[in-house]
Amino acid sequence: MSNPILKVENLHVNFNTYAGTVKAIRDVSFDLNEGETLAIVGESGSGKSVTTKTLMGLNAKNASIPDNSRLLFKDKNLLALTEEEWQHVRGNEIAMIFQDPMTSLDPTMKIGHQIAEPLVKHRGISEKEALARALELMKGVGIPDAEEHINDYPHQWSGGMRQRAVIAIALAADPEILIADEPTTALDVTIQAQILNLMKKLQKESNSSIIFITHDLGVVAGMADRVAVMYAGKIVEYGTVDEIFFNPQHPYTWGLLNSMPTTDTEEGSLQAIPGTPPDLLEPPLGDAFAPRNVYALAIDSREEPPFFKVSDTHYAATWLLDERAPKVTPPKQILTRWAHWQELQGQEA
Amino acid sequence: MAANTEDFVIVGAKSSDANEHIAKPALSFWQDAWRRLKLNKLAVVSMWFLIFILGFAIVSNIFVTQNDANSFDSDNVGKYKNLPPKSGLPIPGWNGKIKEPGATESTDPYANSNVKKNYLFGTDTIGRSLGKRVIVGLRISLLVAISATLIDLLIGVSYGVFSGWKGGTIDVVMQRIIEIMSSVPNLIVVTMIGLLLGSGVTSIIIAIALTGWLSMARQVRNMTLSLKERDYVLAAKSLGESSTKIAIKHLIPNMAGTIIVQIMMTVPNAIMFEAVLSAINLGVKPPTASLGSLISDAQSMLQFYPYQILIPSAVLVLISLAFILLGDGLRDAFDPRASED
Amino acid sequence: MTEETPKKLVELKDLQLYFNKGKSNEVRAIDHVSFDIYEGEVFGLVGESGSGKTTIGRTILKLYEPTDGTITFDGKDVTKLKGKQLSEFRKNSQMIFQDPQASLNGRMKVRDIIAEGIDVNHLAKSNDERNNRVQELLDLVGLNKDHSSRYPHEFSGGQRQRIGIARALAVDPKFIIADEPISALDVSIQAQVVNLMKELQKKHSLTYLFIAHDLSMVKYISDRIGVMHWGKLLEIGTADAVYNHPLHPYTKSLLSAIPVPDPEVESNRQHIDYDSSIETDGKERTMLEVNPGHFVLATEEEAAAYKLEQQ
Repeated sequence: MSNPILKVENLHVNFNTYAGTVKAIRDVSFDLNEGETLAIVGESGSGKSVTTKTLMGLNAKNASIPDNSRLLFKDKNLLALTEEEWQHVRGNEIAMIFQDPMTSLDPTMKIGHQIAEPLVKHRGISEKEALARALELMKGVGIPDAEEHINDYPHQWSGGMRQRAVIAIALAADPEILIADEPTTALDVTIQAQILNLMKKLQKESNSSIIFITHDLGVVAGMADRVAVMYAGKIVEYGTVDEIFFNPQHPYTWGLLNSMPTTDTEEGSLQAIPGTPPDLLEPPLGDAFAPRNVYALAIDSREEPPFFKVSDTHYAATWLLDERAPKVTPPKQILTRWAHWQELQGQEA
Repeated sequence: MAANTEDFVIVGAKSSDANEHIAKPALSFWQDAWRRLKLNKLAVVSMWFLIFILGFAIVSNIFVTQNDANSFDSDNVGKYKNLPPKSGLPIPGWNGKIKEPGATESTDPYANSNVKKNYLFGTDTIGRSLGKRVIVGLRISLLVAISATLIDLLIGVSYGVFSGWKGGTIDVVMQRIIEIMSSVPNLIVVTMIGLLLGSGVTSIIIAIALTGWLSMARQVRNMTLSLKERDYVLAAKSLGESSTKIAIKHLIPNMAGTIIVQIMMTVPNAIMFEAVLSAINLGVKPPTASLGSLISDAQSMLQFYPYQILIPSAVLVLISLAFILLGDGLRDAFDPRASED
Repeated sequence: MTEETPKKLVELKDLQLYFNKGKSNEVRAIDHVSFDIYEGEVFGLVGESGSGKTTIGRTILKLYEPTDGTITFDGKDVTKLKGKQLSEFRKNSQMIFQDPQASLNGRMKVRDIIAEGIDVNHLAKSNDERNNRVQELLDLVGLNKDHSSRYPHEFSGGQRQRIGIARALAVDPKFIIADEPISALDVSIQAQVVNLMKELQKKHSLTYLFIAHDLSMVKYISDRIGVMHWGKLLEIGTADAVYNHPLHPYTKSLLSAIPVPDPEVESNRQHIDYDSSIETDGKERTMLEVNPGHFVLATEEEAAAYKLEQQ
């Protein structure tokens, strides 16, 4: 097992609003290992974006983080940094790729300069050297005829090309952690495929760690080494990508997997999760997913489930894994996935 | 854990009532804006100040008439003229004492001329109560402000919405008209109207009517251009809603913030415009007082009787400042960027 | 679709919509597009941004004026509708929008948003009747009673989209154009909305034009699919045919790009790049029927080649 480069421990984030305190992150802990891609999956409002903003020190003014929360990056607690120290970390050691390439580039600045900027700032090299490096980066992210386009402005480029430029900026200072917040949601599927391939290729070359935030399990399947599923400000299940896709244990993960039609989804068999995610102004008592869970147990509405161990790498927070719980039969599609898991296990043994 | 077997019984998902519950209190757009406005203390103070001033100006009609403020006792001009403000309290500068021109010591003109009445804000050069004259001037300023607002709303908003909604050639022509009108200096317009109708409040209001709504119309037209492409407007169209209804139900409520902020800019401009016109004798006709004419009348005596110019100036500045501060607060309150928290 | 010929509800014939026609910056948003939508079916229209799919939807609803070509709805030429016939058409065809945030007027209560169509068409005689109708519609889309007095910004994306659906259903339409109704929603909520739309289609015997860029969802909900690119319709056929036996290289490329929630499939997935020269080489191409009911925009030779490929 490789060493964790980032350890998140007992993270809580609250937002103080006029209507009360929104408990956006409620006790999240995870590790990020060197060179791996960790996908954080969840719906809007699950806290996945707040998690990344916290990792970048970019939370809104009304956010409050209790003292026992810790973000350990190479044994340094990021939450204790001053704004000045943050500026050294941000873009240098931890970089971010934003969702919308239309708004994350400065429209009044030449793209080459935007890529060179973090280099001048963090590496202290000259403008000329930085521009030369920017050109290399542009070639690296697959921008054709980079020499001709280094002096272009963002509006001259298509969405996919712009996202490539955003990636080049993020990679400029050779960050150890790359946070990608829904980097392909705003793009067309064919462009999405290209960008994802590019990210995979670049990660292989640089061996950086990626935290990949998305709501699309299809993207996760192709990108991630490990997956954490978030719901209502908590991680409800985490494990390796195979474990999550072929041996899911949490009913919410079942629901997510079932919500995506595949080639052989028969008419009328697409199973949606009923209802709407809970309002984190008043998070429900016990298991937050219980009100929408067809497999909910009586205890769910009273007591929060702890993490149950499925394997060394796989944990799920659901009472269904308690030995006293009745055996439930998951939906058909999940059973098919479980069957495949058995096959895989059989092959290994 | 005191869990027993009943705890591990499948109960299933809750009803949609529980699932779709929204915890935040229901808050309309206006309530939300009011909540944010309240965070800006200066704006709230300004708002109450303006409400108070407006109420005071309306009520003052009962006890201070125009005649009251204009008439003076021609036999006793010497006795009543240039009396300094007297509060009846020993506050320096507000105790009825003043250094007469040429004198070295402060004297009490009230005692010297045997005046029994206390003039809270003093009197002017012919013995009229400055307080009463300021109240009348205030009324005129507010009248101008209200007319400017109404004109902005009636002409500016409807012109802008119509121009933006129709688009095409109509829009081009209507925008050119605005440009031509705004290229004519206001002063020329006022002078022309003054020549036609004679100077006075009416011609000031007409002058404002002719020019004051232009920037509102421009703003509203720009907003309309962007709002009319919104999905909810398309939805209303596809439901068969008429253009007038779309304007009233969808366009105007969604630019309410812009409109209100624009009014808050127009109002102090209009008040200042009136003051300037009155000061250069293009505004109200004497003996009617307006804040501008009071200031210009007192100018010559500035060195000797500074209170005569300070009091109307202070009122003018306070009102304009209150409008500007309130406008600032309203802009923040309506700013959609701040609406996330 | 093979039993007694079903009735054509919407017919597009050689539809064209050019912006800045004849100028150097001419944009062919819709470029000679023809297709039919049969009563009771779900017709899926797929394409990437800028393909003209949204423009087609809006043109059918008379929100844009076509440059040339005809749109027939229920046997009547839509472009020539006026007065009473127009308001009848407005009642019969409705739209569900992409961005549930932008499609609801933030200054109006949910009750008034949903009742807008009822008010316009005077469908309720009294206030009570209006409220009851709104209540029914909220029930239908799975929302609560107390939601009717709230404002759109208090709802989540999925809830807002359901409000949009309720608004469209308020006038009892026959035909609904759903313009990317799920692309702004989370995956788990997408399934919810799609299932709701399916259910409503059965209950109210609706016809849908379902516009999307997500082929997997379109395949799931649609009976037939049309694929668009750069204003042209490239391929049209039953959902199964287009999805499992695509003809046009663009369709193939599009299909190869869809991520599948299966790590094994994903690790072996090869994205097929699309060579767009097949659309820009200037050759005359028409819609040719390669298999029964499965058309592709091609020259005779290309069509023959596609047919061969299939075997």
